[in-house]
Amino acid sequence: MAEPMKIRATTVGDSTEVKVLMNHEMETGQRKDAQGNAVPAWFIQTVTATHNGRTVLSAQWGTAIAKNPFLSFRFKGGAKGDKVQIAWTDNRGDKRTDEVVIS
Amino acid sequence: MSTTRRDALKTGGGVTLLALLAAAGWITPGNARAQAWNKGAFEAKSLDDTLKALGGGAPAQSKDVTFVSTPDIAENGAVVPIGVASAIPKTESIAILIEKNPNMLAANFDLPSGTDPTISTRVKMAQTSNVYALVKADGKYYVASKEIKVTLGGCGG
Repeated sequence: MAEPMKIRATTVGDSTEVKVLMNHEMETGQRKDAQGNAVPAWFIQTVTATHNGRTVLSAQWGTAIAKNPFLSFRFKGGAKGDKVQIAWTDNRGDKRTDEVVIS
Repeated sequence: MSTTRRDALKTGGGVTLLALLAAAGWITPGNARAQAWNKGAFEAKSLDDTLKALGGGAPAQSKDVTFVSTPDIAENGAVVPIGVASAIPKTESIAILIEKNPNMLAANFDLPSGTDPTISTRVKMAQTSNVYALVKADGKYYVASKEIKVTLGGCGG
């Protein structure tokens, strides 16, 4: 199981800013190890953010996203105390979902 | 990381590399996934192919698509912050494409209504390259580009 994400969500006015820091190797598949064998690609493919059950962002990622990915976006309609949920799936089928309360 | 290995990667032929990647598990069955991952778009190697796979025709250059908090020169290609903002109404999705990466498409964000068309993330860049922000708004495609100079590549160790 992957390490938890760090998520921060803050509401200013009518807009909620969400910042996410995920823990993931994001291996490109381009690299070779010391023996010259290709290191298989291992990366997050889909990311979904939901607020009160409504999807506020869905993303598809390739291998070009940096290691331990950072993501920031804003949406309208969030209120203090609401929950924002971030979920990702990688190309090995591993999943991780984390939740944060908007402050 | 020796230069010969890097050269071998470059000149070794795309076919061999692709075969290696396939064998190494790059291509995995996606049936189990709830959300479809656009394999064709992420494996496309040219701007035209990527656009085709994303379902877009020829995008129009737009000044309403801007890069925010994006450097002109990235010291480390492994971590390049990229922010894209769109001022076009009804922006539906934002894609980030890096011209000289092995696969151009880095990320594609779908933005439901109510989500600000402003996204920032961090990407890897193999070398100095043009970066494109492709915005889909109201069924039409718009594009903006910016050159980011990379002093140290992000692909390979």
